[in-house]
This record gives sequence, C-alpha cells and structure tokens, in this order.
Amino acid sequence: MRRPFTPKVVTANALLKGNAVYLRADGTWSPHHHEAELIEDPGRAEVRLHAAEAAPGLVVGAYLADARPGPDGPEPVHFREAFRTRGPSNYPHGKQEGAL
Amino acid sequence: MYAYDAFDAAYVRERAAQFRAQVERRIDGSLTEEEFKPLRLMNGLYLQLHAYMLRVAIPYGTLSSAQMRQLATIAERWDRGYGHVTTRQNIQFNWPELRDVPDMLDALAEVGMHAIQTSGNTVRNVTADHFAGAAADEVADPRPVAELLRQWSTDHPEFQFLPRKFKIAVTGAPNDRAVIRAHDIGIEIVRRDGAIGYRVLVGGGLGRTPMIGRVIKDFLPEADLLPYVEAIVSVWNLLGRRDNKYKARIKITVHEHGIEEISRLVEERFALLRPAFGGADRAMLARIAAQFAPPVWDVLPVPDAPADAGYRSWVDTNTAEHRNPDYAIVSISLKKHGATPGDATSAQMRAMADLAERYGHDELRISHEQNVVLPHVHRAHLPAVHAALRAADLATANIGLASDIIACPGMDYCALATARSIPVAQSIAERIDALKIEHEVGALKIKISGCINACGHHHVGHIGILGLDRAGVETYQITLGGDHTETAALGERTGPGFAYDEVVPAVERIILAYLALREGPGETFLAAYRRVGAAPFRDALYGEQAVAA
Repeated sequence: MRRPFTPKVVTANALLKGNAVYLRADGTWSPHHHEAELIEDPGRAEVRLHAAEAAPGLVVGAYLADARPGPDGPEPVHFREAFRTRGPSNYPHGKQEGAL
Repeated sequence: MYAYDAFDAAYVRERAAQFRAQVERRIDGSLTEEEFKPLRLMNGLYLQLHAYMLRVAIPYGTLSSAQMRQLATIAERWDRGYGHVTTRQNIQFNWPELRDVPDMLDALAEVGMHAIQTSGNTVRNVTADHFAGAAADEVADPRPVAELLRQWSTDHPEFQFLPRKFKIAVTGAPNDRAVIRAHDIGIEIVRRDGAIGYRVLVGGGLGRTPMIGRVIKDFLPEADLLPYVEAIVSVWNLLGRRDNKYKARIKITVHEHGIEEISRLVEERFALLRPAFGGADRAMLARIAAQFAPPVWDVLPVPDAPADAGYRSWVDTNTAEHRNPDYAIVSISLKKHGATPGDATSAQMRAMADLAERYGHDELRISHEQNVVLPHVHRAHLPAVHAALRAADLATANIGLASDIIACPGMDYCALATARSIPVAQSIAERIDALKIEHEVGALKIKISGCINACGHHHVGHIGILGLDRAGVETYQITLGGDHTETAALGERTGPGFAYDEVVPAVERIILAYLALREGPGETFLAAYRRVGAAPFRDALYGEQAVAA
C-alpha cells in the first residue's frame, strides 16, 4: 500500500558556504528551518523541489525532508534534520554559533 | 624525510591553479554541480552536513614542523582554528567556504602538500606504520615504498576511474601498527635469507562487508614491487563490479573469484608488465630511500627521571621503544578525556611543531589512531617535552588505553553518517576517567563508527561500536574481540543494539566484566575475550535471563 504523504520542507546546502538552507514560500532561501514553507501536498512538493533544483547557482543537492508544524514554524522530524538545524554537538560552530 | 623536487612542486601548484579556475566556473554558473562534483572530489573537497570539508593528504602520516605550522595557519585563517586527524593519516578541515579552498590549496602547495586523491575512485593516500624509521622491531623503513607508491599512483592514467576507492598500507615491522590486513593491498616488508622482500596481502577491508586480507604473495622480491602492485590493481580494474558499488571493492572480487584465481590472473598480468619496468622504478626507490636516511642521533647523557608521578605515568603509556636505546618514540594523545578524538587547535599544532623542531629532528607523524607522534626524542629531553605538552594541554597519559578511542566524525559532520560518534566517544572517555580504572584495565581499543562504512574501524576494535539509524532513532551495535594487528580478527556482534544514552553504561559493564573475568593484570582484554568467549560478556551486557531467552 502506498504510504500517505507526510509534510515536507525543501532543503539543500548553500553553494558558497555549504550550510544547510531551507526554501521559503517566496522562493528565497533561509538558514532557519522554521522559516521554511511547510508543504502538505505531494504535487506542490514536486513543483517546489524542481524550482529549487533550477537554482544551481545558489544551492546544492536539494531534497525533500519530512517536517511537522510547530509553534514557530516547521520542525524537523528526523534526528539528522534536527542536527542540520543546529550544527555539531562537540563545538558551537554551526548555526548554534549565531544563537549564542 | 622526502622533500618535493621541482616536478612535484610544479605539479601541485598547477593542480591548485586548475582547481581555482574550476571553482570560478562553478560560481559563475559555467559548471553545473554534476560537472563540478567529480572535480572537487579529486581535490579532496566534500560537501558535508553543515559545510564543505577539505581532506588534506599526509602521505604515510609524515610531516615536518613547517608543514604542521602551515596546517595551523590554514585552520586559523580559513577554518575554525582546529584540524581533525583521521584514521587514514589525513587531516580534515570542517568549515571551509568554497571561494577560499583554492587559497588553502595554494597554502598547502607552499609546503609540499596537497589534497589530491583524498577522495574519489582512485588510489587513496598511502598509509604506513606511524613508528616508521623509529621502531625497535622494524625490518626496514616502510616510507620509501609508500612514497614510491604515492608517486606511481598520483594521476596514474589507468587508475583514475577505478570501480571504487583503493587503499594501500605498508608496514616494515612484524607488529602491525598500520592495519595492513584491513586494506585493499597490505604490504609487509620482510627479510628472507638476508634479502629484503614483501609479503603482499590483498582483499582486506572493513565497511559493509568486512574481510581480513589474504596473502597473495608470501615473498615478493624487492625488484618486483611496483609491477606486481600494478598487476593487482589492473586485474581488479577489469574484474571489479561496476554494476553495484557495494560489491565493487577488491575484497568482493577476491571473495567471488577466489584467491587462487586472482593470484593466477595477477601472475599473468605481472608477466606482461614486468618487462616494461626496466629498472627506473628501482632507481627511483633508491633515490627516495636516500631521503629517508635516519637523522644524526644526538649523543647525550640521560639524567635520572624526575620523581613526578604524572611524568612517570606519561612515560609509561605515551612512549615506545626506539631503535636507538637512548631515544624514545613519543605519542601525543589527541584524546584528552571529554575532548573530540583527533582534534588539535592551531595553538596545539604550533606547540607540537616547536617540539619536533627543538627535540624531534623536525619530524612528526599522524597515526591512524588519531594521535600525533614525535618519532625521535632523546630520552634526555623527555621531561622538557612532557612539560611543554602539559602547557599545551596535550599531556594526557592514555595511549593504548580505554579512553584512547578512535571515532569517525559521525553525524556531527559527515553526510553519510547514520548516527553520532564523537559525543559517544567523549562520554565513554569521561566515564572511564571518572571511574579511575583505565590504567588498571590496561590495553583496550575502543573504536566507534557512525555508519556501516566503518571509518572508525569498529570491526577491529576490542570493543567496536557502530551507530545506526533504526526507525528514526540512533542505535548502537556492539562488537567484541576485534583486532587490527598481525593477529587481525573481526569483532563478534554481542546482540541487540543500545539506545544513545545506554551505550556508556553498556561499555562500562563490558569493562567491569573483563576485570572480574581476567586471570590477572597480565591478561589483556583481548586475551581474556579469546579465552572465555563472548558468553560472559553477553551476560554482563544483557543479563543471563535475556541471553537465555
């Protein structure tokens, strides 16, 4: 049986810095997961992914990642995606650096 | 040690210039990512979880003070002020920006270094015993052979698009510190009837399908080395499974065809190749070997050792027997309890470079166990070296002990990882330190990988830990009884995996079980495991009822 569609965000790595970025509803890229567009329709997910892939000068390796709604915007579902929103656990050298 | 000639120097400068142009074309849109990716990988540039990562080759782990200082400068100027040494004697920078990488490669070229073939389906950085040229048990220094292989394999036109990556390790000692049995080709320098030759192993490897290398040639005459190695790679290049990347490594080829058939094909190919090697390879090896002549040893009186207990403990654990009895090999631990295994700050790199220059005949080594080695320190200088290391926060006395843990970057950095490794290693080391038992426990190799690719060598750890993603949860499998040395063995899985916060208590139960089971302090963990088997350790891990059920 086909699995029901679960909400997604479009994510990638920025071309120049390599950091994790997320596609906003207006088509721009944010370093913050909670600013991403939460996509709840499979057709739109495909369209948005194609749009991301059509911006090769900005990002690399766009893909759809599972997400769920949260009080401040989309939240990651998988622990890998949660780590990408923060940075490594051994040093505050990732996104958490800006939050300190 | 080997110094670049004009050809080497021009080559790495040209490669850096080529990459600069490729980066510019990627940024201006002339190259797509699909076109650019193989180019960046050929130059050691990965795109990881949070940033790019530049992997720099340290051939056979040997560095000069000037090279170490340049790595410190690169870390400070273009990264976050530290470097991470790896299980293949490389150093990685975790935070470069794409535009800066050509400048980093230029800076490397200034000191005869590069990042070429640290990725991709090529012959990778050739590794060697980190005690090479210094060890008391050595038949011959393996580094001239490793350097010859480096030169032969760099941009070798036949071997740039191999079925998969290809790793070669060389040791010159019967005590295998270079993990040669877990490499695609392992080479051991041996002496037979007074003549130097090579025992050649093939088809070792860890990863998804771990295998211990098989002897393909028990004694290869010295003159035949390069054509024989070329014959092996050439045979595999044709037979290797390009239809399935998980079956492409030579270990699978050897397994599928059998060592006898591979040996026959290699001999056939060797017979064709041998005449083409008219002696230039041997002349080159002789020229290279001359550059690895031992230093002029200092002749100094050795004063009585200071009474300081910390110093004595450090000498006991962090120094090894040198070929010159007045000297010692000093291992500098990059495994302070709770620190990230294998990381050194720029200040620490400079401190180690200073020590090598002042007391170590200007040489440093990177070990596959993610530590740094000063291979030649006169025993008269050990107190001064220890004091300087203590000032640089580098004097942890734990080499070969339970907290000297190998850990891959895991999911804190690596895009391939399925779980974290570093915080697991940090927590185990902190717990061991809190228990104050590691000197009583003695020799114990704990190795952690954050995915099945096994960069952390977990299969050959006395205690191996493999981090996996099980239904969206970090889960850790434990193996016991692995061994990376000349008595190599793959660890046996204990049973069901453990959740992230269960791993440290599980490792503690294994260690305490060993202390209860051993026949005395002289029986190492590995010896005790081989005597009693896995059952009592499983009991300790899961409880007797759980195992019986």
